[in-house]
Amino acid sequence: MTAFIARRAVAAVVILALVSFITFAIFFLVPRLAGASADDLASRYVGKTAGAEQVHERAVQLGFTDPVYVQYGDFVKGIFAGRDYDLGGPAPEHCPAPCLGFSFIDQNPVLPDLLDRLPVTLSLAAGAALIWLISGVGVGVLSALRRGTVFDRAAMAVALAGVSLPVFFTGLLALSVFSYTLNIFPPGSSYTPLLENPIQWAYDLILPWVTLAFLYAAGYARLTRAGMLETMNEDYIRTARAKGLPERTVVLKHALRSTLTPVLTIFGLDLGLLVGGAILTESTFSLPGLGSYTVQAISHNDLPKVLGVTLLAATFVVIANLVVDILYAVIDPRVRL
Amino acid sequence: MLAKTVKVEHTMRRRRTTIAVAGAAALTVSLTACGGGSSSGDGGASGGAAKFDAAVTGVVNSSDAKGGTLRYANEGEWDSTDPGDTYYGYSWNFARYYTRTLVTYKSAPGAEGATLVPDLATSLGKSSDGGKTWTYTLKDGLKFEDGSPITSGDIRYAVERQLDKTTFPHGPTYFNDFLADVPEGYSVYKDKKDLDSIETPDDKTIVFHLNQAFSGFDYFAALPSTVPVPKDKDTGSKYKSSVVSSGPYKFADYQSGKSFKLVRNDQWDAATDEVRPALPDNIDVTLNVNKDDIDQRLLSGDLDVSVTQLGIGAAAKAQVLADPEQKKNADSAPLNRTWFTSINSEVAPFDNIDCRKAVIYAADRTGYQTAFGGSIGGGDVATSLLPPTIPGQQKIDLYPVSSPTGDEAKAKEALTACGKPDGFETSYSYRVERPAEKAAAESMQQSLAKVGIKLTLKPYPQSDYFSLYAGKPSFAKKEGLGLMANGWGADWADGYGFLSQLVDSRVIRETGGASNLSVRDPEVDKLIDLAVNEQDTAKREQEWADIDKKVMEGAWVYPGVWAKVLLYRPKTLTNVFVSSSYDGYDYSALGVAKS
Repeated sequence: MTAFIARRAVAAVVILALVSFITFAIFFLVPRLAGASADDLASRYVGKTAGAEQVHERAVQLGFTDPVYVQYGDFVKGIFAGRDYDLGGPAPEHCPAPCLGFSFIDQNPVLPDLLDRLPVTLSLAAGAALIWLISGVGVGVLSALRRGTVFDRAAMAVALAGVSLPVFFTGLLALSVFSYTLNIFPPGSSYTPLLENPIQWAYDLILPWVTLAFLYAAGYARLTRAGMLETMNEDYIRTARAKGLPERTVVLKHALRSTLTPVLTIFGLDLGLLVGGAILTESTFSLPGLGSYTVQAISHNDLPKVLGVTLLAATFVVIANLVVDILYAVIDPRVRL
Repeated sequence: MLAKTVKVEHTMRRRRTTIAVAGAAALTVSLTACGGGSSSGDGGASGGAAKFDAAVTGVVNSSDAKGGTLRYANEGEWDSTDPGDTYYGYSWNFARYYTRTLVTYKSAPGAEGATLVPDLATSLGKSSDGGKTWTYTLKDGLKFEDGSPITSGDIRYAVERQLDKTTFPHGPTYFNDFLADVPEGYSVYKDKKDLDSIETPDDKTIVFHLNQAFSGFDYFAALPSTVPVPKDKDTGSKYKSSVVSSGPYKFADYQSGKSFKLVRNDQWDAATDEVRPALPDNIDVTLNVNKDDIDQRLLSGDLDVSVTQLGIGAAAKAQVLADPEQKKNADSAPLNRTWFTSINSEVAPFDNIDCRKAVIYAADRTGYQTAFGGSIGGGDVATSLLPPTIPGQQKIDLYPVSSPTGDEAKAKEALTACGKPDGFETSYSYRVERPAEKAAAESMQQSLAKVGIKLTLKPYPQSDYFSLYAGKPSFAKKEGLGLMANGWGADWADGYGFLSQLVDSRVIRETGGASNLSVRDPEVDKLIDLAVNEQDTAKREQEWADIDKKVMEGAWVYPGVWAKVLLYRPKTLTNVFVSSSYDGYDYSALGVAKS
């Protein structure tokens, strides 16, 4: 088991290195291959009135005139040893290790920004995940047990709507009805840190949680329903019933446990992806998390920020994958072979 | 072009009930008198009945009541809150809360709001040496937020530091261009030497020496570039998060990319300030707020101002215009801005003036106007570049058409004259993120097709539109961009502020980045030099009007729309009026109605 985990951990590190290289190449190599000069890249990071000399000076400052492999080497070096950026001003700007990049627009290290916004995204993802897991699985189980009933049809219709309706629609609708018309929940961009006021934290996030959970719960309900229907027809369920076990025990202890295996696999990956930034939900509710940070970075062409978010998101996905792999190995020893 | 974005701030507070009382209209126009020394704190809202467009020409909800929190929100974020490093019109407007400049704009509705008045200085600039030297004297009793006195040396340092466009890339370059003998690449951080072209003979006097006569230097003195910066508090590019206030408010909290809060600066002396009434106690700003959310919150009263003043979105606009109760809280505000199409003479056959004229005649005026939002909140059909909000503008129409949807007969005549009677093919560029420009391009595509001019539409990212694509002459020529969507907002409301960067061929750079995409006329350049040096205001305004006409004679542009924007003023706001100085509501005048 230890060897298995070690192998997976090494693979995860390799994947992260590959992701960092590919992302870096997309931002800094591909434009060069397409004919953009170092000065062209730098022209995004000067004022609109900058002359050629100033643009070139900026290109040199940002390292765009170096070969791309040197730039990547500097980037990797910064992760382990930190970097200094001389962008004019009274003193060079220092980006301490682990330096995930330095924003050319804000002229700030990227990592502190990411860490500052991570709690918002974690709060959103964790709360929504809890809601969608409980509601999705619960509805899925009930639908399977009451197959063909009005409840089943209604639940699956709602599930279909949940999958089909984008967050920016349901979110704005929720805000319009519950915040601006009924005044029940706070308006967009409301966020209180958990440690500051847990009740207010939850109150602020209820609408985003429910909106995001609605999207995911639908899929989980359908997945659980299908799994339960399949499992309930298995021989061992019939055997359990024949042995006289109460239906509650048959469903919860035997059928549901089996059904949950694929659900939990997907749950791990979904959660990992979400921590990388629930872009639409955060943008719709104007939450200052990693998702909205990414949107801002893209709209400002602030490539180091995008690179930083990408790496962070990849890290969470890889970790989630690793955890799922390990859990699978625990459940099914054949995976370790 | 002053880019504009939106900023929103919000709190958890529920709707507040306005206490504005209708009537008392007589008080409205005299709002500015309540600046500075206005008093009591128990004053009440007193007038300015709300009706559609009321704030365009007068003050709505006039009041001298102090207190409360004014809530702003921005759909994006500032370029910088450092006064030496910002170029957004709304940012200059908002900066008057926490900064003061040598001179500034009068707090008054409409065109009067573009009038220059002294701020830190005792009077407007005194020129000598034929307009090449400008002297200002500071008022007594001016202090920074820490209580230290504001001296002419602080202003000198502020102007010098922002010349370093590597550290402060966003701000305008007027001082770089006009101050005498600025060394190449000058930086206060590297050169450690003051400029000879700015003198401070004593703590109250500052003298600017220019490299050429410039009659409008007071407009430079009104730029945030002249906001005093204490040298020992300057942290370069980090200063934006710790600006030392010289205005009625100071930063209390600054969270990069999220929000900031202003509170009263107790060192600001109202007796020295004739412009800012400083009504609210606090000003909260939230950044990066969803645009639709901003609109909904404005309509529900959960937000006071959308700071970028780009206007409410299409959905909210339809809702507001359909509801008389909401419509009376809206203003279709005229802007110092024109949306137009540059006609690129570098791309054949537009090197022939008659082919350029054919485009102007064939263009569907109404279609172009509709693309930008129609007459309410979109703008009026333009017949030249200079918008009517610019003093001295003269209405000219050198290309009258038989129908607002275009004049096919005249267009075909022009095509024949340019040797292309059957038309030709060319490309039309626009910014992909801007649906209005796309719609205008499609309108042009349809109307020009009627006379045989076939357009291929080419969208480009707006962030690089001027630096790498349409604004880069070699790229535009290579890609055959004969027509290019363009738009321009004046840095200030006069001919120089509007036209200098737009029609002077000398601003076009091979490296890209210029806003002038097409006007290449040496005669226009000469006229600009004459206007810049003209000391007499009336003559100067006439010369800018002549330049506007000259550009149209050359058919270098199709002038699409003199822009307007549909603004919404919640009932929570007091002292609301549109000023010509910053294209929208004057922020320094605003107050909040008490709940």
